[in-house]
Amino acid sequence: MNYIWLALMIISLVVGAINGQLEAVTKAAIEYAGVAVDISLGLIGIMAFWLGIMKIAEEGGIIRLLSRAIRPIAKFLFPDIPPDHPAIGTMLMNIIANWLGLGNAATPLGLKAMKELQKLNKSKDTATNAMVVFLALNTASITFIPMTVIAVRSKLGSSNPFEIISTAVFASTCATIAAVTAAKLIQRLPNIRKSDPNRLADKKEKGGGDV
Amino acid sequence: MFDSLAAATMDTVQQVAQATAGTTDSLFVAIMKGFSNLAIPVILFVVVVLGFIKKIKVYETFVDGAKEGFSVAVNIIPYLVAILVAIGMFRASGAMDFFIKILSPLTNMIGMPAETLPVALMRPLSGSGSLGLVTELMNQHGPDSFIGRLASTMFGSTETTFYVIAVYFGSVGIRKSRHAIASGLIGDLAGLLMAVFICQIVFG
Repeated sequence: MNYIWLALMIISLVVGAINGQLEAVTKAAIEYAGVAVDISLGLIGIMAFWLGIMKIAEEGGIIRLLSRAIRPIAKFLFPDIPPDHPAIGTMLMNIIANWLGLGNAATPLGLKAMKELQKLNKSKDTATNAMVVFLALNTASITFIPMTVIAVRSKLGSSNPFEIISTAVFASTCATIAAVTAAKLIQRLPNIRKSDPNRLADKKEKGGGDV
Repeated sequence: MFDSLAAATMDTVQQVAQATAGTTDSLFVAIMKGFSNLAIPVILFVVVVLGFIKKIKVYETFVDGAKEGFSVAVNIIPYLVAILVAIGMFRASGAMDFFIKILSPLTNMIGMPAETLPVALMRPLSGSGSLGLVTELMNQHGPDSFIGRLASTMFGSTETTFYVIAVYFGSVGIRKSRHAIASGLIGDLAGLLMAVFICQIVFG
């Protein structure tokens, strides 16, 4: 992330200077800082709503039920997470919300799942393997009803605004498989393995004799 | 609660009826749309009723959970500011045109129209930005043109990777994202290439 952020900044400033767009670049920086705050604060209500509902679901046993239902898949995708952990059920709810194109519910449910995953994280500022796989599922996210783009298509007079559903589902399924496979493969690289917070903590716990 | 559930059901029934009046494949669409309209009311109903059956104090529990909504949203702010400012600056600088020039020979080779390249590059960075580009393309070429269909498929094929990573990790204070960006971008690349591939087969 460090390098990507640095690259975005430097490229923008250098190219902006060459194109004589520095003023626009500065303006965009200030404008987008405001947009970021608006988006975050806009989440408060819907976030509180879903966290409340999820708390009831958790205590009512629904989350545990969901976790059990997908145990075989969960075992493969998230071997580090105990199969009955509420993180599994919450992640499943997030993924179903994504499938149905319920953007408003998907983000709060996803953030709730991150909270559960963070409870299993032994370091508080470094992503675990499970988190990266979950993010891979989300960044590629399969949606069976991509409502936004369908709405735009029908507004522009498409004869069949829905015809892109099958192609989009195909492409996003491939994207999801690629992202999860990439996450699973990259986590085996020595450097990435070394930075796994749970592995580091295990080593420390086993005693410092071999350090 | 029952009123709104009934109203949602009525809406769905109407939508199904309207959609089935159209072309053949719209039955599928109607069912999917009905699903998504009913999903939230059904979830709410099941959760609340099951909570009640299990003798949970539903109101107290809801409030207890909802308390954390504010802190989660506020935690995201610094992460989202960092990433959106960088993306905003990148867009305003005109650097996008530069990348399009470099990449267009490659995309021509796989039969991807040059017009859709900006959508592909913008998709992981900005949801609203890429939607704007898709809308613009469909305005110019028509939503039922190959370019319009491909751009729509591209938009529907992945999420805004950088936004998702900033928000999800930001909410729990994760700063070291390890291989999350790499995996996300590999997924985006696969999604975009597959969008070109499947659109050539289906609409080509």
